[in-house]
Order: sequence, then structure tokens, then C-alpha cells
Amino acid sequence: MTDDPGGAPTPYIPNTGADQAIMLERLGLERVEQLFDQLPAQYRDPEIELPRRLSEAELVGAMRRRAAANRDGDRPSFLGAGAYRRFVPAVVQHLVSRSEFVTSYTPYQPEISQGTLQAAFEYQSVVCELTGMDVSNTGMYDAASATAEACLLAARVTKRQAVAVLEPLHPHTLEVIRAYGAGSDLRVDVVTSAAELSEEHACLVAQQPDFLGRIRDVEPLARAAHDAGALCVVAADPFALGVLRAPGDAGADIVTGEGRDLAGPLNFGGPSLGLFAARNHFLRQMPGRIVGRTKELHGADGREPRTGYVLTLQAREQFIRRSRATSNFSTGQALVALAFTIAVQALGPVGLRCSAELCYQRAHHAAARIDALPGFTVRDTGPWFQEFLVAGPLPPEELSLRLAERGIQAGLDVSGRPEPETDGALLFCVTEATPDEHIDALVQALSDISEGRHA
Amino acid sequence: MTSKSDREDIGARLSFDRSVSGRRAVDTPEWDGPRAEPLPEGLTRGGLRLPELSQGQLVRYYTALSHLNFGVDSGTYPLGSCTMKYNPKVNDEVAGLPGFAGVHPLAPEVEVQGTLEVLFELQEMLGAITGLPAVSLAPAAGAQGELAGMLMVKKVLQERGEGERRRVIVPDSAHGTNPASAAMVGFTVTEIPSGPGGSMDPAALERELDDTVAALMVTLPNTLGLWERDIERVVRLVHDNGSYVYGDGANLNPLLGRIRFGDLGFDVVHLNLHKTFSTPHGGGGPGAGPVCATPELAAYLPAPVIVPAAVDDEVRFRLARPTSSIGRLQQFHGNIGVLLRAYAYIRTLGLDGLRATSGAAVLNANYLRSLLEEHYALPYPGTVMHEAVFSGARQRRKHGVRTYDIAKRLIDYGFHPPTVYFPLIVEEALMIEPTETEAREDIEAFAATMAAIAEEAAQDPDVLHNAPHTAPISRLDEATAARRPELRWWPGEQAREE
Amino acid sequence: MDFPSDLSYTPEDEWVRVEDGEASIGITGYAQDQLGDIVFVDLPEPGRTFSKGETFGVIESVKAVSDLFMPLSGEVIARNERLADEPELVNESPYEDGWMIRVRIGNADELDALLSADAYRDQLPED
Repeated sequence: MTDDPGGAPTPYIPNTGADQAIMLERLGLERVEQLFDQLPAQYRDPEIELPRRLSEAELVGAMRRRAAANRDGDRPSFLGAGAYRRFVPAVVQHLVSRSEFVTSYTPYQPEISQGTLQAAFEYQSVVCELTGMDVSNTGMYDAASATAEACLLAARVTKRQAVAVLEPLHPHTLEVIRAYGAGSDLRVDVVTSAAELSEEHACLVAQQPDFLGRIRDVEPLARAAHDAGALCVVAADPFALGVLRAPGDAGADIVTGEGRDLAGPLNFGGPSLGLFAARNHFLRQMPGRIVGRTKELHGADGREPRTGYVLTLQAREQFIRRSRATSNFSTGQALVALAFTIAVQALGPVGLRCSAELCYQRAHHAAARIDALPGFTVRDTGPWFQEFLVAGPLPPEELSLRLAERGIQAGLDVSGRPEPETDGALLFCVTEATPDEHIDALVQALSDISEGRHA
Repeated sequence: MTSKSDREDIGARLSFDRSVSGRRAVDTPEWDGPRAEPLPEGLTRGGLRLPELSQGQLVRYYTALSHLNFGVDSGTYPLGSCTMKYNPKVNDEVAGLPGFAGVHPLAPEVEVQGTLEVLFELQEMLGAITGLPAVSLAPAAGAQGELAGMLMVKKVLQERGEGERRRVIVPDSAHGTNPASAAMVGFTVTEIPSGPGGSMDPAALERELDDTVAALMVTLPNTLGLWERDIERVVRLVHDNGSYVYGDGANLNPLLGRIRFGDLGFDVVHLNLHKTFSTPHGGGGPGAGPVCATPELAAYLPAPVIVPAAVDDEVRFRLARPTSSIGRLQQFHGNIGVLLRAYAYIRTLGLDGLRATSGAAVLNANYLRSLLEEHYALPYPGTVMHEAVFSGARQRRKHGVRTYDIAKRLIDYGFHPPTVYFPLIVEEALMIEPTETEAREDIEAFAATMAAIAEEAAQDPDVLHNAPHTAPISRLDEATAARRPELRWWPGEQAREE
Repeated sequence: MDFPSDLSYTPEDEWVRVEDGEASIGITGYAQDQLGDIVFVDLPEPGRTFSKGETFGVIESVKAVSDLFMPLSGEVIARNERLADEPELVNESPYEDGWMIRVRIGNADELDALLSADAYRDQLPED
């Protein structure tokens, strides 16, 4: 840092005192402050208490100290419940760090944004393939807000003022649907069976796998929704779709999902990525940006017109339709969508299926080992993917604490939920990225706890 | 760039089209332990059509795509209203520290005290900068911040027993997200015309104010780049009417350290951290759109907010839900990676750095305005704040050249075009925001190019009509794209490597 | 710009062709030019009845969107199905192939309020 008034004021501002003097002279001014003369004098240049300015090196130190105040994310953890540690191929971080992707904005000028646009088309294609849907937007904030937008879409097209959400659904997703729904005075009915649907409902919302980890059979749900004249909205884990039936093939009308886990580290939950795909019939009601493929108007130098990509169907959007837009959606999660796309494509059809299969087998093997421990039971409630309910000899809260003492993060305490199988249970999660040593450590710790050995 | 794009129609061949069965970009281990019972057939999927490329092929494909993009790191990017300033690299580095990146969103609070400390400090700093001390960092982007603000207004009015207030007033120069956000919460939108000087016309506002008005949404400075001259009177009128003043903080950059929304009487504003606080725009996100409000509205903020813990040595900060919260807008806590970058940015600037930032941004905008004034019409003359909105009307009338053509021609000269055709109240609008991170010589080069293009418009309009000439691709057929939408790859097109 | 003299017009840039108690309705050459490349036209199903001034549909171009207003009251008896796949007909042939709906006229008195081609041209903004 320099105190020389003639130097540039920060590393990010190039203009020096000498530059400023030249610029001010052209404007007929003497000081930069004069440019602010039109602001009300009584409020000008207030005293603002901010921490002392740090140099780059000081910043790194300060941030390292804070990062170290978090407990190590690499220790054994069995938390899932909507955020899953996944294997992310190294090419992903490498490619999404390219500054041409990182430092550009919404591709308003397609001629110099084909990288972002073509990648978004790849994203839409990947999402359609995974979900079994016809059309996808370029991504939304996260699975929960995308699901809420799906409810708003359903209400628009059915002209109905209520939605039905099927338990078990992630409680935060339910909260987001309620918050978005409060805007348009949408009634949110929590149901435990599709039989509770009525002709008042715009849609049925179901999670796949459900909040407690079980795999749903979407087909009867979709049929029940359609019988009531409602849409079927499925919030699916795209990774699980590596092995599970595509919801579109089972009759879903809109599929949402969370793309963050395949895109990179959990980052305390964000940046996230909301998948949103639908049947073609709902295309013009969709929220968010959509990229389309087209050709050059004229081929330069006599050659054939080249293929290119543009933002399209924009008349749905806020900057054109304003108060009658399908959503207020503008800036989304483009870079996360890029990372998701590259990750899925790096895995490829074989790798994604193998990884999902590995996740399934590893989780089931871990569950079987836990179930074999004296005093522990894994609740059997039908086919599941990567999460399972564990009841032990201690109340869930205490079991969590005992595991924490041993450096292990337990599954989520779901014992307060209405489903009988959650009584006294923790929701454990094991994925393809959970190391064997972590599972061994967990099994050992649970065994020690049940036999009363101390940490 | 004379890359492969000169030879190849890269857009015609997606990764799917480059696929060769049997190739792979990464090894995935197989399970070699005892196998669980397989899933029932009706629950599993058949085939999965995804590309099969080697790792090198995949990397080359996306590297080639990146070459077709223009970012802030490529050159001047004066996209008005988007504040495309340089993004400091150290912010990316510290946000990616494994201690931050690895934590699970549902981890017990005691395990994430480092992250919560940063978030709490960021809340405090944004509260101090805006003068609105009640802050939630949860909204993922500006538009979600607007939604949050409108939901807060709706809820507080309902609790006040004034649920019949369902109109929101928006100036005609507003971003489209403003009316769209108001409509999403069931409000009806009344647009009022801007006054002749470009500022809001208090008389027009007064005519609309009655007991059906919930709020006024106002962007400060406005989208013409102008300070709202009568803002104090406007705020007074709205408050006297029992309504709220919502601030769109998209244009906060020129006000940093100079004046605060709270001191002016605003009730709730959203910020765009990816604009003002220099987090990378990522080709269209992730951003972050925190809401800052008065203490009166603190109870209505979206969840979660970070609060200091009462008495516990280990847990110093907690996630909390305000008592009358509008609820959650996302499953977890917001775009944390973006928030960490914004925090780092503010820490490395401090108050004097923020003031220098707003000063340099406003000086750059006015310098550019003065250099361009003789070449393009400036419908609202005088000192601007962060950006200047010119009109291509003269070029259109005299030479048949549209603003669209001017924008495309700028590409040939290595500049990203400004925002065009917005705000809607300026004919053939060119909305230019240089930001503080452009050097004097960059501004002069941009202005000289704009002047040269104005000259070309007079001498050789077709060179503009056919621009760009040097970009990776020329003008695209947007009409056909919208008439017959082709929105995804289909397997019929799958072409094999020879 | 061409405004056929055998048609009637509204200040909202619609044209009306009256034949045997029925009216065909579309948008004028000026309107399609202002909107630019038309990409989508949303039209009502036959059988629906609208009163004068009501919105009967929406027209979208690449960068704009506009409501379509009923120039007179009546029941929709046909809509131009070709526009679903070829919305560009509104640009290419606004008065013939680009017609939008045909209605059974509900109140013939409303015809008197429509503009002649000359009157319509006179009220367009100068540019």
C-alpha cells in the first residue's frame, strides 16, 4: 500500500492521480468529490465503520484462520439429507476455472459468447437425457426454488390455487414452496398419499429418492396426478438417475433436481444448481433462460452458414414481458451448470451408471454391517439408494454426540418426524465417495458405543 | 483467434456427436464386495445417452468453447447496469480454501464457526455500507433478493392489517425484474413516467399514491445513470402515504462510501454482489442478492440470518430464523462461495478503498460521457453517476444504422458491446458503464472506436450492417431459433468419427 | 406502407375485413414492422366469445411481446392454424395469409367506430 496521493488507490483501479487530473481537467473540475455534489449534502460521506483494510497477503492469512475454524470436511461424515459428497473428476475444476467462462456474463452478444451458449445447449441436452424430458432451461438457483417455480407453472397452466406435496419431502424444500407460494396466495397441502389429490390441486410434488432415502415408483404417482387433472412434478437427484428410471419415462411432467453435488465441493450448500426440465407442452410457460440452436444469417465469404447458439424464447422473460413474465428469473447459476455438464460428460454413460451403482452397493454394504451390530437396526422400508434409517441403543441426539467425540459426523437426526419408521432414528448417508476407512471407523465406533467403551 | 474455429463448424458438432463407444474420460471403480439385492426392474432405467470421449478430447472440446467467449479478463466489457469490473483473483483463491469448500450445509453449527464468522461479518459490513443494518445473505441473485423484499413488504402489511395494499409503483426506467418480482407476490404494477430530466417526477408519483399502494420500487442511481434528484421528497411522499420504499441496489457501485440507502430513508434494498462487490459473473451466475432492511423489517428477513450466540465459548455464531421470516428461498443458506469472495473484496479495500472505487467509477463514466458527447446523442445531459446512456437515434435517422449494428461493429474492434435497447425510455439506447477498473487509456480507446464507428456509419453503413466480421461467428438467425425451437441434442444426429 | 382501402382499422393496429356478418382480424403492416420478426402467435380456440377491447391473444417477436385486442365483440368461429408453425406469415403477408381469427359479429354498430385506411395512416406516429 502506498500513501503517495499520486499513485493508484487500489490494485484494481489503474488510474493514478496524474490520470485523474487529466480527466478532471476535461470535465472542468478540480476534485473527484465535485462529481458527487448533487447528492444531498447532509448525508454525504458518512462515517462508516468497516474493518481495517488488508493487503492480499494479510487477507490470505485472515481467511486461512477462519477456514481452519471450521472442522475438517475430510473426516468421516455420514450426513446427506439433500447435499451429498460426490466424486468430481479433476477436469471439472480445471475447465470451469478458465477465465473466458468465469469472467463473462449472460450471453447477450452471441457472436462472442458461443462458449457459454454451446455449453448451455450441452447442459440442456444432458438434463433432458437424465430426466427423460423434452426441454430444459439453462438452470435455476437450486432444487428447492426450481421445485417452487414448477408449482407456480402448474398453477398457471391449470388455473388452480393449491398444490399437493407428498411426504417425505425435504423440509426445506417444503419451506421454499411455501415461501414462493405465499406470493401468489397458493395453498400448500402436505399429503402422505397420492390418493389425497383432488381437483383443486395444480400439481403433485414428489421427491426421488424421497427425503428418507427410499426410491419411489413414479408411475402410479403420475397417473394419480393426471387423473385429478394435475401435473406431476418430481424433484430427483440427477446422480441417482444414473441407475433409476427417468421420471419422464414414468409420466412426470416437470422434473427438477439439484446439480451442485456433481459440480464440485459442497461449499456449505452453495453455489447450488436447480435443474428444471419439462414436457414440450409447457415450453412457453417455463421460467428462466433457454438456449436454442440456429444458423448464421449469411455464410461469410461464400461458405455455408455455420451453426450457432442463441438465447431464445425470450418473450417469456422479465426484461420483455415485465410484470407478466413467467418468472423474475435473471442471473442464475451458469458456471455451476457448466461444471455439472462437464462432470456428467466426463463420467459418461458407463461411468455415471457405475458410480451410481457403486454408491448403491457401498451404502447397502455399510448398512448391512451396521444392522449386524448388537443394538443397532437399519429400518427396512423398501428399496433405497444411498440413505438409510439407523436406530441404536441410545437416543439419536446422544448417539450423534458420542460419534462426534470420536471425530465422526453422524447422519441427520430425523426422530421428530411424523413417519413411524423415523422414531428414534438417524438418517445415515453413504455415497460412492465415502472411503472404506470411514465406514470401518463408523462401524468400529458404533460397536464401541453399544458395548459401552469410551472414546 | 485463428484457431480451429476457422476451419471447423464447431457448433455443428456437440460432444454427443464426437462420441465413440468405448472411450472414457475417467475411471470409475467397480464394487468388488458382496452385492446387495438388485433394485426391482420397474424402478431402474434402460440406456443413458451421454457422450463417450477420452479425457483429452473432452478437455480440448471445452477449451475450444472457452476460446469463443469474451470475458472481463479478455478486454473492456462496458455492459451497462451489469458492473463488469475486474475480479481479483485472490478472492477466488480464498473462497476455495478446503476448510470453507468442504463443509456440509447441515453440519452442526459448532463445526462451521469459521464460515459463520465470515458470513456474520459480511452481514455487518453490508449493513454498515447501506445504512440498513438488518441483513440476510440468503438470496441467490438480485432477482431473488427482489422477491424477498417484496415478500417482506407483503407480509408486514398483512400483519399491520393492511393487506389491501397491493399496488407497487415502478418508474418506467426500471429493470424488468422489478415489475416481474412485484407481480410474483401478487402485487399489481403501476408504471409512472420519468420526468423530463430523467429523474422520477414527484407529481406523477403523488397522483398514484393512495391507500392501495404497498411500495415504490426505485433504482438508485437510476438506469439512466442519473442520481434521482428528488429522492428525499419521493421517500417522504411514500412514507407519508404509509407505503414502503424498496431500493434496487444493482447500481450501488458509484455510491460506495458516499451515501447510504438507510440515511435516505429506504426501507429495504437488495444488492448484487456479483456487480458491486466484484464476484465473477460466471457467464450468468452464480451471483448473490442479499437484502438489507431497517430494524423495523428485520423480523421479516428470509432465513437464515447469522446471529451471535448468547453464551457459549465454542459456538460463537448461529444460524437463526427471524421471528416473522418470509421463510426460506433456497434449500440451504445461499451462494456461500460468492459471499466469501465479496467478503474478501471488501476486506482488501476498506472504507478508503470503497470510496476510491466509487470515485474512480464515476470519474470514468463522466470522462467517457465527455468524450462521446459530440458523436452520439445524449438524451439526458449533465453529470452521470456510474454509466451514461446514449442514443443511436441520430445514426438511425441519418444513416439507417441501428444501435444493434453499432454494438456488433464494436466486437470487430475487440470490445464487448454496451447494454443496448435498455432502458426502454431511450430510443436506440446504448448504456455504457466503464467501471473503475478501466484505465484512462482504455476509456480513450473505447471512445475513439465509438467515434470511428459513428464515422463509418456515415461513410459505409454496410460495414456496420454486416458486422461483426472478425468474431468466431457472424450474426445468427434468432427468428428461426424462436419459431422452430431446437433446444437439445437428439440421437438421430449422432455422427461418428470417421 | 400499404394499408388496403377495403379494410377497417383500429388505433391498436388491427385490421378488420367484414364479409357476410363475419369479420376476419389481423394486425397491420405497420404493427408487424414495429414488432420485427414474429415468432409466436397465441390465438383463442373457436367457440370463445369476447367483447370489444378485450385481449384475445398474444403475439411475440424476438424482442417484444404484445397483446391482441378485439376490434369488435363477437364469437370466434375460426383461427388461422397455419400460424402455429409459420408465424412468419404475419410478417410476409399481414393482410392475407397472416390473418388471425374470424369472428361472428356480435354488434354491427361497433363497425362504425373503426377507422378507414386513410384515418388509420393519419394517426400513426411520424418517423
